[in-house]
Amino acid sequence: MDLDDTPEQAAYRAQVRSWLDEHKSEAPVLQGPGAIEDEDEIIAVRRVWQGKLAEAGLAGVTWPKDYDGQGLGPIEQVICNQEISRAKVPGILDAIGVGMLGPTIIAHGSEEQKSRYLGAMLHGDEVWCQLFSEPAAGSDLAAVQARARQQDDGSWRLSGQKVWTTNAQFASYGLLLARTDADVPKHKGLTMFVVPMDAQGVTVRGLRQISGEAEFNEVFFDDVALDTSAVVGGVGNGWGTALTTLMYERVTIGLGSEGMGYNSTRFAAAIAADEHARRDPEVRHRLGEISSELLAVRFTGYRTLTALSKGQVPGPESGLAKVTIVSGAIKAGDLISDVIGPDALAEDSEWAYMISFLPGLKSAGGTEEILRNTIGERVLGLPPEPRLDKGIPFSELRSKEGAAA
Amino acid sequence: MNLSLSDEQVFLREAARGALSRFKTLEAARAALDGDASAMPDLWPTACEAGWPGLLIDEAHGGAGLDAFDAMLVLGECGRVLAGIGLLGHLPATAILSDATNAAEYMAALATGERRAAYLPAQPPSDIDESWSADPASGLARAPIPTVGAPGEDGRVSVTGSFAFVPDAPGADVLVGTALRDEEPVGIAVMADANGVQIEPVSRYDATRSLGHVTLENAPAVVLDAPEASLAAAWYLAQALIAAESLGSVETALDVSVAYAKERFTFGRAIGSYQAVKHSLTEVLRQLENGRSLLYYAGWARAGAPGEFALAASAVRSVGGRALDEAARTMISVHGGIGATWEHDAPLYFRRAQLSRRLLGGTAQATDRVAGELIAQADAA
Repeated sequence: MDLDDTPEQAAYRAQVRSWLDEHKSEAPVLQGPGAIEDEDEIIAVRRVWQGKLAEAGLAGVTWPKDYDGQGLGPIEQVICNQEISRAKVPGILDAIGVGMLGPTIIAHGSEEQKSRYLGAMLHGDEVWCQLFSEPAAGSDLAAVQARARQQDDGSWRLSGQKVWTTNAQFASYGLLLARTDADVPKHKGLTMFVVPMDAQGVTVRGLRQISGEAEFNEVFFDDVALDTSAVVGGVGNGWGTALTTLMYERVTIGLGSEGMGYNSTRFAAAIAADEHARRDPEVRHRLGEISSELLAVRFTGYRTLTALSKGQVPGPESGLAKVTIVSGAIKAGDLISDVIGPDALAEDSEWAYMISFLPGLKSAGGTEEILRNTIGERVLGLPPEPRLDKGIPFSELRSKEGAAA
Repeated sequence: MNLSLSDEQVFLREAARGALSRFKTLEAARAALDGDASAMPDLWPTACEAGWPGLLIDEAHGGAGLDAFDAMLVLGECGRVLAGIGLLGHLPATAILSDATNAAEYMAALATGERRAAYLPAQPPSDIDESWSADPASGLARAPIPTVGAPGEDGRVSVTGSFAFVPDAPGADVLVGTALRDEEPVGIAVMADANGVQIEPVSRYDATRSLGHVTLENAPAVVLDAPEASLAAAWYLAQALIAAESLGSVETALDVSVAYAKERFTFGRAIGSYQAVKHSLTEVLRQLENGRSLLYYAGWARAGAPGEFALAASAVRSVGGRALDEAARTMISVHGGIGATWEHDAPLYFRRAQLSRRLLGGTAQATDRVAGELIAQADAA
């Protein structure tokens, strides 16, 4: 057991650090004095910065060399993330594309798709978004209703709605899960598509949340025409393709959770700043309980990384870490509000923002309840809840649901 | 970066599991609660055979020279079967003695287990309390630690004061801990059979736990030249060890509960298929996994980042104590009425949980210490 770099990892770290030292003055300033405020300009400069990181080999660290990646492992990816954070410069803009969607295309896409899309994605020339969730298909993702119908000439027509879509407002492309056959059970009639976001019939609308800001979008598709070459991974294979994306999503969240800012150091500093609170037994007890669990998550991340670097699948600790992070941060926001009082809820307060964001985060990437079901079944081996949707054609299921409601 | 068990550590753990499986520790615990104290097996010979007394003593002094993390693995196995084995008291004591240069005479016999040590637990100062303190016999206020008197004409020193609820004190040959000399903390070693030493065995709620109230009345002592940091580290080592032991108990409580949730049917379904039951079991798993991660943190920090050991050990104590309480209560509720009966093992884990959380300063003190260490870190940043 050790937390130190091997000589090879130390050499890699030194190489990344030296590039960042040399080039960090070129990075966009997004916080503090001189920060860029215009949203469009932020996106523009961050795309340029992603391009520089990609040129230097600091983006797509785990992508194969054939696709302009570095062909390195998850530990090198984490080293790269740590050094970018240490240099206090922004990371890549399109973390969703490079972290999740690119690897999906690498695994399932055609050679044409790989050569057309991957390079532009990696360098930030074309940003991507993930078009999976719908208003009635989140944790039960295979229930998607966005419908793609094949035309006589083999092309497709797409209609439906997606939601919770990060970056859709400036994305060039989206990876979209649609139903292409409603007469088979729900996991079987799905297909994955590449959708140009500037296509006729695509409408993006910001979705404001508790904070008042729109971090996500709703995306509407009204009879959008898609070419036969838009299919990724084969018609009817959409579920398998989506599982690849979801696996990379878990890995991305697992390795990047420290960067979310929900950590004991930050919360303790807020308590330490109050002369009375830092000596109050109840405040200290609450801080101690919250912090112990958040500290655990840091080392859970190292366990996940150890497993990944040995080619193993990370254990249940990585799924449960999300539950711990979100519930810990919710309790921390509550504690800090108790200490600071209403000023913690001022509109420009970092705490108000965090407190507003967390209730939604609890359901992001699958609700906590579904996560606990999955872990109870896959890890503890407990029997599943009886299901009413197994083996039933999707169209029939929909009418059953309608009748039940 | 490598946070996994080495082959040697896997072997150590499996060997411990095998050695302890030869004893009916749970039956003995129940019999002891019924008044048959002789039912408790003496596990010390097994510990000696396995070399556990010398785990933290270096090879030059006859020990195995292993790390705190290895000791935590062994304690975890003891916790799985509620084995009371004497290591919780012995190992922190040997850690202090190993850091002293004038304690060599003790080491060989302690490494083989021919003699047994017990650690006199003294909590180091925190960000809001400058004093060293001992567990009180009763109540919330911390107790003072003993003081070292002025040397007599023969140059010998003696110690006066008391420690309550000292793990594994009954039957120990040497008592090792911290006392104050001219307001400064120093390490002390006291022979248990010396004049002025009284060890009163006490039993509370959990028959598997050997405890004693230790009273020192001008008891002759050796002042150890161990550094103050070593005295503080022994407290945190004890925190990490009892946490490891608790997490071992959580593993068993969870395994037994999950097995029952698969085989017990109500309303035509296994009860483990109901979300309410499934989610309460995954909550135990969540707390267990958090505890496991913090065991790695504590195991790594003791040698790799000594400045963080207080934080890491307090954090795992805090999480481990809560996890055991959750696991024991879940074990009872998943089993329904039978889980609350004398014949079932669940009450034994429940009893272990309630007492463990009040020993060695208590889980709540450890939780407060996590906050204190983080506040101190924030001040330093």
